[in-house]
Amino acid sequence: MSPRETNIEKRTIAVLVDNEPGVLARVIGLFSGRGYNIESLTVSEVDQLKNFSRITVVTSGTPQILEQIKAQLDRLVPVHRISDLTNEGPAVDRELALVKVAGTGEKRVESLRIADIFRASVVDSSHDHFVFEMTGKSDKLDVFIDLMQPLGLVDVSRTGVVAISRGPKGL
Amino acid sequence: MASEQMNGAEMVIKSLVDQGVEVIFGYPGGAVLPIYDALFQQNNIEHILVRQEGGAVHAAEGYARSTGKIGVVLVTSGPGATNAVTGLTDALMDSIPIVCLTGQVPTHLIGNDAFQEADTTGITRPCTKHNYLVKDIQDLPRIMHEAFYVAQTGRPGPVVIDLPKDILQGKSDCYIPPEDVKHRSYKPQVDAEPSKIEQAVKLIAAAKRPVFYTGGGVINAGDRGSELLTRFVRKLGVPCTNTLMGLGSYPASDPQFIGMLGMHGTYEANLAMYNCDLMINIGARFDDRVTGRLDEFSPNSTKIHVDIDPSSINKNVMVDLPIIGDAARVLEAMMTAWDEGDYQLDQKALKSWWAQIEEWRAKDCLAYTQKGKLIKPQYAIQRLYELTKDRDTYITTEVGQHQMWAAQYFKFEEPKRWMTSGGLGTMGYGLPAAMGVQRAHRDSLVIDVAGEASILMNIQELSCIAQYNLPVKVFIVNNQWMGMVRQWQELLHGARYSESYSASLPDFVKLAESFGMVGIRCEDAADLDDKIMEMIDTPRPVVFDCAVTQDENVFPMIPSGAAHYEMLLGPDDKAQRPISEEGMVLV
Repeated sequence: MSPRETNIEKRTIAVLVDNEPGVLARVIGLFSGRGYNIESLTVSEVDQLKNFSRITVVTSGTPQILEQIKAQLDRLVPVHRISDLTNEGPAVDRELALVKVAGTGEKRVESLRIADIFRASVVDSSHDHFVFEMTGKSDKLDVFIDLMQPLGLVDVSRTGVVAISRGPKGL
Repeated sequence: MASEQMNGAEMVIKSLVDQGVEVIFGYPGGAVLPIYDALFQQNNIEHILVRQEGGAVHAAEGYARSTGKIGVVLVTSGPGATNAVTGLTDALMDSIPIVCLTGQVPTHLIGNDAFQEADTTGITRPCTKHNYLVKDIQDLPRIMHEAFYVAQTGRPGPVVIDLPKDILQGKSDCYIPPEDVKHRSYKPQVDAEPSKIEQAVKLIAAAKRPVFYTGGGVINAGDRGSELLTRFVRKLGVPCTNTLMGLGSYPASDPQFIGMLGMHGTYEANLAMYNCDLMINIGARFDDRVTGRLDEFSPNSTKIHVDIDPSSINKNVMVDLPIIGDAARVLEAMMTAWDEGDYQLDQKALKSWWAQIEEWRAKDCLAYTQKGKLIKPQYAIQRLYELTKDRDTYITTEVGQHQMWAAQYFKFEEPKRWMTSGGLGTMGYGLPAAMGVQRAHRDSLVIDVAGEASILMNIQELSCIAQYNLPVKVFIVNNQWMGMVRQWQELLHGARYSESYSASLPDFVKLAESFGMVGIRCEDAADLDDKIMEMIDTPRPVVFDCAVTQDENVFPMIPSGAAHYEMLLGPDDKAQRPISEEGMVLV
């Protein structure tokens, strides 16, 4: 109950909302106003006909705080459903990164070799740079970016996590 | 089928009429002129012109709380909307259903820093249950009706509808009545799962020292909520305490009522909470003013928590049996299950539990001594209660010491008679709230119990009261201090009374007279009863300036950061341990 508590867990929560103006601000405002953490947050329309957007938020806190976060999200008027993907059975989570590496000579060759190992693809190149596109779990992206650091890493853009439950059932 | 052509403003009025609204509280301005024009041309809805928009929201809150209906507010864009923010936050904290219509600059000017433009939906997002910006007249009727549905169902709260001027002036035949609007996502749970009701009655049947701890949720569940609570508690023969928001949900004169609990609650209520083995919380939210120190809050009890809002569960205090649902429906289900299961309480255990409670009650923790000419504030409020209790009385309060004394010495027998700013603690609430109550109950006795500091926060509303000849009685407990600030400075800050003296007070009698009201001042305890009677018998608004002793503190008191058993009963009672650093941080 006190902020000193150490049993901090990480959760991925999916939120199905009406795609209406201000809905993202409501979710973000809820997190900042109540002092909850956002580690990553993604949002996009997923059903044009029904006008649904899906927000995937990765958050952390004590089990009590995490229950609060879910209850508070569920209370927002434009929220249809929420799902705790970490807790409610297995889920797939993925993130996409665009990684720009600049350099020539041996470093340039080495970056391409590592990209190959990580199954990253080259989406832009010149004689002195590459832009790699890579999809995977966030920690794999972390490792890739770390390896690129000494090879001339100049820019990184990441999408944040999107996730979906395994098995035939929908949200 | 298309409706007749009307403009947006007319559609707003039509929606209000179809929602059964009879009065709105507001203040005009450029952006809402089309609505005021539409109001001028109809007779269904009365408009009460307040003197500042904050007053409009509090008036609507008073109206809503004393009737169980939705309070409706109409303000203009920019400063009109920002002035309403305090009232909206107040309504959110106390779960009061409000629909607040705000004007907005025309849609093509939004974002241009236009005259009287403010990002109203942005500003009010955290202080409303929900808000809307209408960008297309086709959406207007749906949004109007949805707003009423959202404000009143589930845990009630304020809803803002931001209305750009071009929408109000645009014409369309798109009006639809309320019954054609169904909300897509918002469907609050009102009925509890039957298995949980079963578990609850089994826990009650097994309890040896049970206590009911009930709050505003019972009042928000309608009169039936209070009726069922009273019947169930009486049937069980167990003690019941109320929160500040819940006063009136259980009749205060009943011997099973053990008073309000919390920071300034009774000794018997707080010790019953600490020592109980089963706590049945219905429609209360374990506020910090109620729990005191969390790690010592009722350490040995099993806790049942009934709440319509799932986010209230396990927020501050972990409970054993959470039940999501409407207080009245859950109480009804519990009573049925209790009767069908033919359960019995352990009468021997209950008898010794009552013996213990009576011992605590015998401390008479609200006792004080009134001697001589100077009026003690407790005496002033107790006399006010005694002389008004047999009448059709509604009480509102401002915030501070007088509020706590009113909560302690008034005994409310039924719900919706007590209007106070509980969650937000908004000074300046009581006067406009009393206006709203009086508008709803024209022939009743409506009293704003005030302090001389709080009353000045919305004193401009005397002008509104005068205009509509609302016979509100303003009873000012005047100790010339921001009393609660002074009390904390005395107890926690070495009696360094920083900026808490009420200097340059007006002559309240002359102030009242300047508005064409009656002013009464009382300085002598011997005159108090006669002067209160004079106030009651005056069929016009009255400002009563009651001079009271200056250094009185509110007792009993649980010092901040302390546990329920560490109550201070009076000025001679020293804290059992000095107030900790952690306690000092708490407000």
